[in-house]
This record gives sequence, C-alpha cells and structure tokens, in this order.
Amino acid sequence: MDLKLKIWRQKDSRSRGRFVNYFLREIDPDCSFLEMLDILNEQLISRNEEPVVFDHECREGICGSCSIYINGRPHGPDELTTVCQLHMRKFNHGDTIVIEPWRARSFPVIRDLMVDRSSFDTLIREGGYISVNTGTAPDANTIPVNRDDAVFAMDAAACIGCGACVAACKNASAMLFVGAKISHLASLPQGRVEARKRVQDMVAMMDALGFGNCTNTGACEVECPKGIKMANIVRLNREYLKSTL
Amino acid sequence: MSLAGIFLILFLLVHLTINLLVILFDDPMVYNRAAHFMGNNIVIKIFEIVLIGGLLLHVIYALILQVQNWIARPRRYSKANFSSTSFFSKFMIHTAGVILAFLVIHFSDFYFRAKFGHAAEIVSDGVVYHDFATEVIDKFKMLPFVIIYIAAFLFLGFHLIHGFQSAFKTLGIENNRYAPVIQTLSVIYTVVVVAGFTAIPLVIYFM
Repeated sequence: MDLKLKIWRQKDSRSRGRFVNYFLREIDPDCSFLEMLDILNEQLISRNEEPVVFDHECREGICGSCSIYINGRPHGPDELTTVCQLHMRKFNHGDTIVIEPWRARSFPVIRDLMVDRSSFDTLIREGGYISVNTGTAPDANTIPVNRDDAVFAMDAAACIGCGACVAACKNASAMLFVGAKISHLASLPQGRVEARKRVQDMVAMMDALGFGNCTNTGACEVECPKGIKMANIVRLNREYLKSTL
Repeated sequence: MSLAGIFLILFLLVHLTINLLVILFDDPMVYNRAAHFMGNNIVIKIFEIVLIGGLLLHVIYALILQVQNWIARPRRYSKANFSSTSFFSKFMIHTAGVILAFLVIHFSDFYFRAKFGHAAEIVSDGVVYHDFATEVIDKFKMLPFVIIYIAAFLFLGFHLIHGFQSAFKTLGIENNRYAPVIQTLSVIYTVVVVAGFTAIPLVIYFM
C-alpha cells in the first residue's frame, strides 16, 4: 500500500516544529505502525536526512513507550492497542496519516514524536506505592481480599503509564492515570494504610504539574490501550473527598 | 462545581412546576399568585440569595477550570477530537454560554421588572399582583420569543444530559451499582425539564 505521512518534526523542546510530508510506497499491510516508521527512517538515513525520533521499547504492547497521536487519536484507530500493536491493515491504500506527539503542557516535546513523560514518574513518587511492611509472598495469602476488590485492583493495575489518557483528554488531565493507581491500592488492605495521604499528595502534585481538570468526558477510557475504566476516576474522587472530610 | 450544579438541577424542577401553572390552569391568577408567593416569602427570599450564590459559584468555578484546562494544552492537535466519547460533554462551556445569554434576557424580562416594579399589575381580592401570566401569554404569542425560548432550553438540555451524571462522578457517588440508575435518571430528568419548559410556549402559541 502507498501512503502519505504528515509527521510533526521538531528539533528540540525550544524549537517551533512543523509538519513535514513523506511518501511511502509498497508498505506491507501486515507490518506494524512502528515497522512502517522504521522503513521510513531507513529511507531517510539512506538519503542522508534526519530520521524521525519516536519512543519505543518492548514492541509487545506492554511497556507504554510508543506514544504517538495518529489521525486524531492516541495510539491510532484501533481499540485497546498501543502503536506497536497497530497494523497497517487498519489503514487504506492512498491514505494520508497525520502523526503528532502527545500534546500537553506536562508532556513537553523532546524531539519530533518523543515527549518527556517524567511528570508521571513524579506523580508515582508522591505515593503511588506501598511503603509499609507487607511481609513476604506467603504472607499475602493470609490476608483475605474480596474477589471483586481483587479483580478491580488487578484491572486498575493494568495501566502501563503510556499517557494516552492525558493525550486524549480535551483538558490534558491525568485523572485516569492517577485514578488507576489510587483505586488499585485503595482496593487492597495493604494499600488502605496510606490511602488518605496518598490521594492528597498525588492530587496536589497532579495540579502542581499543570495537568488539566477532569470534566468526565470519557475520552481517556475510550483511548486507554489497557481498558482502564472511568470508574477509577470516580473512585479517586470518592477517596479524595473521604480524605478531605 | 458539582454541588452547585446539583443545587441548580433541583431548582429547575421547582421553577418548572410553577411555570407549568400557566398552561395547566385557565385562570391566570393561579400563576400570578404562585409568582407573588415566590416573590414575597421570607424563606424564598433567603433561598433566592443562596440560589444566586449557587449560580455564581457554578459560573466562576467553570471559568477557572476552563482557563486551567486551556493552559494545560498550550499547543493544540492539528487533527483532534476523533475519540468516540459523549458528544455534548465536549461542548459544556459553549452550551453554558448560550444558557448564560438566555439568563440575561430572562432576568431583564422578568426578574428585574418584578424587583424594580415595571411589570403590569392586577388587583385580586384587594391584593396587588404582578400580572406575569398575561405577560407570558402575550410574549409567547410572538414567534421569535417562542423560537429563542425553545432553542435556549434545547441547549440547556445538551448541558444537563452531561452535567447531571458528571456531577455524581465528581462527587465519587457513581459506582457499578448506581451507575445505571444515575444514567437513566439523567436522561429522564433532562427530557422532563426540556419537554416541560418547551411545552409552555408551544401550548400558548398554538392554542
């Protein structure tokens, strides 16, 4: 298949950046989106041009590195997929594909399609973990956990921190990411010990980092490659109110 | 924001109930007496201040949140908003603008005139009432008023269909058990409010 790519090129965080058009011929519909970009980069390098910089790591859909905004949607047109698991058969011969980096004040562009998502690490440092002694692995089995709570926590823990929720949100809010972490840990007995402090600290840091506010639009839930639900945001709000009162 | 929103949601039901008196009773004095009661009752007068406070709080919070949200994405996407989410939730600030514009007209037409005494009056059993019923009926005999009024309430409906259930999410109330109930209530409430308010000009215009 032949494609026209409209890709965001930006030299560094201080440069202005602009869209550049590229044409690719005879792309195999079964190659992944990242492999298609690899092919483009090989051609650029052979022409002595700068290759397009993009984040990627595992290429198995579990690391959350490949953060690319494709045709108006984070991770492209497919449901529940990261860019590395998106295949070119989801596009048509002759398509123009618009490729942009995540856009948010808290995710500044480093170069081309690569953004700095260390604000997520800062958020986790504010309490997205358990610091009390939870014993060894066998000790975990001695603590009774309701099955529904365990399932809810496990689903929330599936978050890979890719930032698609922030990218998709019209307000660039990080509520789904923080909500997933808060409700994952608040659902389990080991996490309840620090639940109050955790939610207060993480929400305060989320505001300080310049993420937007949640207006319950739900774009995050639709675009999350791991299917993290809005129920986690409701849980975050509940935990936050409880900790404030 | 959400608490003020729920407060306004409850107020709309009270307002609707009184407004419906115009078309439910042939005697215009029923509506005039209700309006008179609302304008001259000490409890309602206190509630009025709370209501204006609630409205201001809702508007001020909305503006602060909106500005923060715009700042959170300094550079916009060239191709955006292709996520299949609820349509009206993306346009809350816009529908709010239309509602606010309508409120300005509404206040200058009825509220201020009632307060500062430029409304027509009618005497019944020795008591002087503002004759709002005749005024409402006169207004809704004119097509432009009917169109503006109905359009404003359609926009209010777009605002409510998202706002109602969003408020419960923000308050952390909606969980798996309550979610379907809240979603259903949200639709029923919006349909009742929009249908109720728009029925008034339609009935008056075509009767």
